[in-house]
Amino acid sequence: MQISRRQLDKTAIFDVSGDIDLANSPAVRKALLKEIRDSRTPRVVMNLSNVRYIDSSGVASLVEGLKAARDVGSRFILFGLSTSAREVLQLSRLLKIFEVYDNEEQALAA
Amino acid sequence: MTSLRRRSKDGGEIEIHMKILHGARRSKPKGRNGDLSRGLLLRLELPSDPSLLCVVRGAVERLTESFGFSAPDCRAVTRAVDEALTNIIRHSYNGRPDRPIGMLFRSVPGAATPKASGLEILLCDRGPSIKRAQLCMRELEEVRPGGLGLHFIQQSMDIVEYKRTNGTNRLRLVKYVPAPKQEVNS
Repeated sequence: MQISRRQLDKTAIFDVSGDIDLANSPAVRKALLKEIRDSRTPRVVMNLSNVRYIDSSGVASLVEGLKAARDVGSRFILFGLSTSAREVLQLSRLLKIFEVYDNEEQALAA
Repeated sequence: MTSLRRRSKDGGEIEIHMKILHGARRSKPKGRNGDLSRGLLLRLELPSDPSLLCVVRGAVERLTESFGFSAPDCRAVTRAVDEALTNIIRHSYNGRPDRPIGMLFRSVPGAATPKASGLEILLCDRGPSIKRAQLCMRELEEVRPGGLGLHFIQQSMDIVEYKRTNGTNRLRLVKYVPAPKQEVNS
């Protein structure tokens, strides 16, 4: 898995590629929490269009990001969910909890 | 037996053993291990290293496709196996990457009719016995991290059974291939 960061005005965008599983979800969690808690970026966006698979530990990292964002008053947005990633969020009844968009344009316009 | 070598995060080498049985041998019982080898499709032996999870997912995806599952069911079985392995690594072995995990994939008769078929997956580890309280799932209404793996397994598979035998934790997962719908002539 690879994770890189872009900045657009007051928005940080994380481009993630590969699978998010037990081997690398700690890296996702660390990057998200650093951005939200330490940098206090007002809007954090996760580009998941190149993520084929997310396991429960990956979902947990996203939930932690969401909770941290709520705590500091930031927005936490996901876009580009694969069928598998969408299924996992549906199974855990979290799809409606997150702000989810189809693509980056929609995510940034929201 | 095929062995794959892969470099681990700490620079060492890890090995995964894979035994694939061809279609013609699938249903042939074998010697004194006849029960377990009946319908054997694939056997995997691997260390409890999280970096191998993607290797197992790849193998399970291909196996379920060739077994005849629909695309959503292939994803469901792959997810269940991945979550079961994750639980073994995290809870049974406390994150130690060098403990043994064994997996058997077998073809079993269908639940409704023997002509249909199911995929049985047996996951074995040598960690301490799992307490029943550890197998409880949390409420999905709570929005908090963790505790979702068992939900994913239960929602993905038709049978989920845990047993402790001779110092080994055995998790048995079964998914049946839905019988094709019969056309009704009026």
